[in-house]
Amino acid sequence: MKYLLYIIFCLPLALVAQESLNGRVFDGAASQKEGLPGANVFWLNSSMGSITDDDGNFEIPFNADYSKLVISYVGYKTDTISIKTTNFLEHSLNPKSDLEEVTVSARKKATSRSYLQAQNVILVSSDELLKAACCNLSESFETNPSIDVNFADAVTGTRQIQMLGLKSPYILITTENIPAIRGAAQAYGLSFIPGTWVESIQITKGAGSVVNGYESITGQINAEMQKPSKDFSFYQNFYASLNGRKESNTHINTQVSDRWHTGFLLHGNLRNRKFDNNNDTFLDLPLAEQINFMNRWQYTNPEKGFVSFINLRYMDDRKQAGQVQFNPDLDLEVPNLWGSEIDTKRADVSAKLGWVNPEIPYQSIGVQTAFSWHEQDSYFGLNDYDITHTSFYGTGIYNTIISDSRHKVKTGVSFTYDAYDELVNTTKYGRKENSVGAFFEYSYDNLDALNLTAGVRVDNHNLFGLFVTPRLHVRYAPWEKSAFRASVGSGRRSANIFTENQQMFSSSRDILILNRGGDIYGLNPEVAWNYGVSYLQGFNLLDRKADITLDFYRTDFQNQVVVDWENAQNVRFYNLRGESFANSFQAEFNYNIFENVDLRMAYKYYDIKTDYISGRLEKPLTPRNRVFANVGYETERTEKGSQWKFDLTYNWLDTQRYPSTVSSPEQFRLPERSPTIGTLNAQITKVFSPRFEIYIGGENMTNVRQDNPILNAENPFATYFDTTFVYGPIFGSMYYTGMRYKID
Amino acid sequence: MKKALIILFIMFGLGVQAQNKNAKAVVEVDGVCMMCKQRIEKAAIKSKGVKSAVWNVKTHELSLIFDERKTTLAEIQGNVAAVGHDTPEVIATEEAYNSVHECCKYRSEEVKKDHNEKTDDNKN
Repeated sequence: MKYLLYIIFCLPLALVAQESLNGRVFDGAASQKEGLPGANVFWLNSSMGSITDDDGNFEIPFNADYSKLVISYVGYKTDTISIKTTNFLEHSLNPKSDLEEVTVSARKKATSRSYLQAQNVILVSSDELLKAACCNLSESFETNPSIDVNFADAVTGTRQIQMLGLKSPYILITTENIPAIRGAAQAYGLSFIPGTWVESIQITKGAGSVVNGYESITGQINAEMQKPSKDFSFYQNFYASLNGRKESNTHINTQVSDRWHTGFLLHGNLRNRKFDNNNDTFLDLPLAEQINFMNRWQYTNPEKGFVSFINLRYMDDRKQAGQVQFNPDLDLEVPNLWGSEIDTKRADVSAKLGWVNPEIPYQSIGVQTAFSWHEQDSYFGLNDYDITHTSFYGTGIYNTIISDSRHKVKTGVSFTYDAYDELVNTTKYGRKENSVGAFFEYSYDNLDALNLTAGVRVDNHNLFGLFVTPRLHVRYAPWEKSAFRASVGSGRRSANIFTENQQMFSSSRDILILNRGGDIYGLNPEVAWNYGVSYLQGFNLLDRKADITLDFYRTDFQNQVVVDWENAQNVRFYNLRGESFANSFQAEFNYNIFENVDLRMAYKYYDIKTDYISGRLEKPLTPRNRVFANVGYETERTEKGSQWKFDLTYNWLDTQRYPSTVSSPEQFRLPERSPTIGTLNAQITKVFSPRFEIYIGGENMTNVRQDNPILNAENPFATYFDTTFVYGPIFGSMYYTGMRYKID
Repeated sequence: MKKALIILFIMFGLGVQAQNKNAKAVVEVDGVCMMCKQRIEKAAIKSKGVKSAVWNVKTHELSLIFDERKTTLAEIQGNVAAVGHDTPEVIATEEAYNSVHECCKYRSEEVKKDHNEKTDDNKN
């Protein structure tokens, strides 16, 4: 009886204690999940109201009489929501689509560096992605000095990216935190992600987090894809260039029910015109066609705290390269004309489920799984190369705090499985890899000048054995608008030597693997440490915002699979004997010169050396010095939403060392270093309304060209035929135009 | 059956009686700017038992999640007042109030007006 009384007395207390509703309002127009400050939140037909704070959070008194919550903000649609419980409410407010309303908003920078995170993270918003109008993820980095985009390779036209002077296999590239561009996708994978599908990109320089695996060495790039609930209900983009490339992107997004949204993303591209501007009988750019389709499902249940994504994707890409007269139907594998075809098919299925405890918002659980199948059938002249890569990835993560929200913890487990089947001419290679790992990451933030992220993971890999991957990031801000950062961490990976170096097939070089003992083509896994320091300082220059960043990073290989091009008759792969390191220094300056005019300049210095059999040499075809400059100008948006945008990018590359050709006959010898290269790109966008815009642009407008990208092009089946000595653009200047049409 | 019921009641009773590990509360704390926000949140979270503290610069509300077994709302308010910010139960001493930055003098009408006029640009 006594207990019953307790209940009776205590129940009302429990009820009274919970008499307010908390929530967060998000900016539906922002590319990332961003709070909307200053929005009005009030109960319908009452005087009870509140305003969201700088992070979009609000709190409003609640009692059972209130059931309709109204959220409004100037320039945004007013939403009325039925409220039954006081669970944490998450709501995204979308901008009004009608043009009569004038939207007042502060202009956000398209690219920004974080002052607050422990890691050196560069955020690239959708605005920045638009500056590179074409066409896929590999080209999204052209206005970003932290990533170097190499010139397209002479045969396949693919572009590789680099970070800290090392090529993309050393970067962990994820889509929505699921490792995506890896294994067989390493060579062309970036071109399999259409640019319009990408909502935003986060670039982390240095070791990065342990949560997404042990493979990252120089950094991590994460691409967030368009979300069905936030993307336009209809979006259409067309693109056409004078070099014969045509692209189309269609997005259709719709709400299926209260909780479910779905989106269809369709991409197609085609290049069916042949160009040989340098008259070397070889196509300057490959013929290409691609169909790429993705269907996303998004489930959101804010009351219970659930979010889920299910993604299905299929892609088919074909390329034909080689001599202009080459006809695959007639000349296949007859040493008459040199040609190449690359046919890639890929299917992806992935699912994510996240749960945030509505009562305790700092507790959450996430589960991700991804399956992919990737098949490439190809030949390059007389070289055959096929690869099939099946991959499974699964991870579970738990977020919480220790004692209070200054101490955050992420912990979880992950699982990977990769099966490779390769055919290199007549040799078959098969390999299965799997790993199980657990990670723990602790973040401390003293809410002031210091924060740090310390992570460790332990993985058991069938080929690497049991190993530990530690990573540490520290940020310290001794004075205003500053951030000193330091990071250290290790990473390891297996080098897929054939797929990562496919350009070697377009040469007469013999492929030699000098080791036999290891498990990966006879070679050992690559292991490296990365150390970095960085200093960011924001300041006002003549009353306008400016910031400067100085970065220094060093990557030190304990083992590397050395790719040795130093003899023109072969390419050799062997385990590192001695040292291999990459030092990179970058100085970046951002300045808002005038109202609506932003300037970005960067200088980069690379010192990358490896101990080859023939001695310690600078990394070939990598300039030591680079200069980058970008100016962007936007006119003020008119009441109807029309606007002009101008963007200009200049890149200068120092001389690059050619791989040694001293043993070749006189006529196939190259000088020690290449000439310097300067390229200029520009783009003009005319926004007619929030619905419709047109852009035109030019790449390499000063028409800089490497005249003889192919060595011994006259005799492609003879020795010394080589397409791998590319230091600059092959095609020359290129102009394009395109349009975007969107319906909210 | 009777036993089971009693046990059930006991457990229920204890459950209600037990102090909440993740108690939530909202208190109004006086302040004006993002600097105040940092100071208030820091003071709150440094109190033993406080797990999460978020102060809203517009509504002046401090949303707390804390362990009732380790602290009380009054204790937290005391700690916030100690760094110079008035709370419903504890008013900051003159000494504590004077220790806050000039721009944070929320008791001055002039400072208040100043902050209402300009939007907060010192987020970084």
